[in-house]
Amino acid sequence: MESAKLNKVAKCIWQIPKSGQMKVPGYIFADKVLLSEMDDKVFTQLTNVACLPGIVKAAMAMPDAHWGYGFPIGGVAAFDPDEGGVISVGGVGYDISCGVRCHSLDMKKEEVMPVLPELMDELFRSIPAGVGSTGKIRLTASKLDDVLRHGAQWAVDHGYGNEHELEYIEEHGRIKDADPGKVSSMAKERQKKQIGTLGSGNHYLEIQYVDEVFDRETATAFGLNEGCVVISIHCGSRALGHQIGTDYLQVLGAAAKKYQIPIRERELVCAPIKSKEGMDYFKAVGCGINCALANRQVLGHLTRQVVRKILPKASCRLIYDVSHNTCKVEKHKVNDKMHKLYVHRKGATRAFGPGHKELPRQYREVGQPLFIGGTMGTCSFILAGTDRGEELAWSSACHGAGRSMSRRAALKRWKGKAVINSLKAKGIILKAASLRGAAEEAPEAYKDVERVVETTNESGLAKKVARLKPLGVIKG
Amino acid sequence: MGKKKVEGVKVGWQTFDHVADIGIRGVGKSCEEAFENGAKALFSLLVEDTSKISCTLDRHIQCESFDLTGLFVAWINSLIAKADIEEMVFWKFEVRIQELSLSATASGEKWQREKHGRGIEVKGATFTEARVEKINGLWIAQCVVDV
Repeated sequence: MESAKLNKVAKCIWQIPKSGQMKVPGYIFADKVLLSEMDDKVFTQLTNVACLPGIVKAAMAMPDAHWGYGFPIGGVAAFDPDEGGVISVGGVGYDISCGVRCHSLDMKKEEVMPVLPELMDELFRSIPAGVGSTGKIRLTASKLDDVLRHGAQWAVDHGYGNEHELEYIEEHGRIKDADPGKVSSMAKERQKKQIGTLGSGNHYLEIQYVDEVFDRETATAFGLNEGCVVISIHCGSRALGHQIGTDYLQVLGAAAKKYQIPIRERELVCAPIKSKEGMDYFKAVGCGINCALANRQVLGHLTRQVVRKILPKASCRLIYDVSHNTCKVEKHKVNDKMHKLYVHRKGATRAFGPGHKELPRQYREVGQPLFIGGTMGTCSFILAGTDRGEELAWSSACHGAGRSMSRRAALKRWKGKAVINSLKAKGIILKAASLRGAAEEAPEAYKDVERVVETTNESGLAKKVARLKPLGVIKG
Repeated sequence: MGKKKVEGVKVGWQTFDHVADIGIRGVGKSCEEAFENGAKALFSLLVEDTSKISCTLDRHIQCESFDLTGLFVAWINSLIAKADIEEMVFWKFEVRIQELSLSATASGEKWQREKHGRGIEVKGATFTEARVEKINGLWIAQCVVDV
C-alpha cells in the first residue's frame, strides 16, 4: 500500500481521511515496512467498513491486517445500536471465536526436553486433528444446545477442566446472549462429532518455551519467566461457526436490502443491531463463541491429561484464553461518556488494559494476556493489554503473523516432509495430520511476526511481555 | 484440465491463488458442467488422492440463491456440509439448474484416511473472487474458499 494517500498521525498510526460515503476515518496501525507490504485491498475494505451505518470513531486495521472477507483480516469496528449501528457477517468471519489458549506447565525446558518426543507422540494420539477427524464426544441435538448455551461452563460441568479456569477465559467462558434457536439444524448436525477437535489450516497445538522476557512485572503476574514451558492451542468453533457464517450471509444479505443499507462488498452484508435479523445473528454468533470456548476447554483438558501422565509434576495451569473473530457488547468511552457498543474484531484480539473488572485479580494491575501466534519455525509472543489500547482501538490488538505467500505457492515451493525435516534440524518436532497442510504452513510462507509485535508495542495497542520459541508442533 | 482452450482456460477444474486461502474454479461447456468441475476443484483440496475415490454412493443435493454466483457459492457450501455430516468424499456430479434452483446428484464414498489421504479442511465458500460467467462459449464458475 502506498503511504501517499494516508496521513501519518502518530508513530505507526496512519489515517485514511474521511471522504465520499465514509462516516468516519480509517486508521491503519503499521510501520513503514508493514504498510508497504500491506495489500491495497486493506485500504478498500477499511474504507467500505467506514461507510457502514452507526460506526463509531473509526474503522481500524491492526498491524497484521490483510485482505479478508468484507472486513480486512485484522479489522476492528464498533457500532452504536442507538445510532442505527449494524452487525456484519464480514466483521466476525467464518471461524467464529477462533482463538488461542495458553497453559503453563510451570516447569523448565530442561525438565521437559528428555520426554519431549514421548509427549508429542502421546499428544498427537490424543488430540484429534486434521480434516475428517472427530472427537470422542458424541452429542445429541439437545446436548449440543447445552454446549451452545453454556460454553466452557458446559465443558467444566462435564468433567473437562476445573471451575476456577473459567475466570481465565474471556466472558468467563460463556456468552450469555447465545440462543441455540437462532442456529440452523445443519450447523448443529455438522458439529455433533466435532467438540474436542483441533481442525486444520492454521490451527495448531504447540509446546513452547519462554525465550526472553521483556516486561518482568507483567510476566511474573502471568506466572512466567525465562525457560519455562507453555502449551498454546489455536482453534475455533469448527463446523458450527462456519455454517453460522454461511447461513447468515443469506439472512443479512436479504436484511441489507430490506433496510436499504448500501453494501459495497457482498460479505459486508449487515443488518441494524436493533432489527430482528441483526439480533438473530448476534445470538447465533454467541452460540458460535460458546462452541469455540467449549471446544478449547475440552482440548485444554485432553492436553492436561496427557501432560500429567508423562510429567506428573507439571501444572498445566491455564494462563488465559483469547478469541479473535467476534462481535461482543462492550462498554467504551465515547466523548467522555460510557456507551454500549457492538465491537467487531475480525482477526484481532481483545486486549483489555489494567484495571478492567473482567480480568482475573492477579492480572488486573498489568492487563489482559494476549497470545500472538507466529510460525512453527520461528516464534510467538505474549503481550498484555494497555490503557492506550482502549483509547486507540477499543482495546484491540493484532492476532498473528499473517501469510506472505499463498497456499498454492507454498505447496509448489515446499514438500511436507521437507518442512518436517527442516524443523527437525532446528530441534522442533512437527507432527502433521496432513503433509499438504505441513507444506502450506511452512514458516517462510508467513510474515515477520516480530515486526507485527514491535509495531503493536510501539503504537501502544498492547505491550510486549515475552517471546516464545517452539519445541513441538501439532498441525491439523 | 480438458481439451478446449479459452484465453488460457480449458474445460476442467483448477485451483487459483489467494493470499491467505485458496480459489476453486470449474470450467465447462455448460453452466452445469462448470458447477460440476468446480466441485471437483473443492474435493481436490479435501483429499490427497482423488483418483482413489470410488463413486458407489449417491447423495442428493438441492440449493437455491438469488443469482448464479450465489448459487455456485451455495452449491459448494452444500457439498462441504454434506461431506462433513456424512463423512464422505465425492468425485462424480450431475448438476441440473433451473432458473436459480439447483438439484444435483453427488456420487462418492465414505472417506477413509488410508485410502484417500488427508487434504485440508475447507470452512466455507466465500464471495471473494466469486463469479459465474460465459466467456467465448465456455462457462466459468469460481470462488475463494476459506481454509
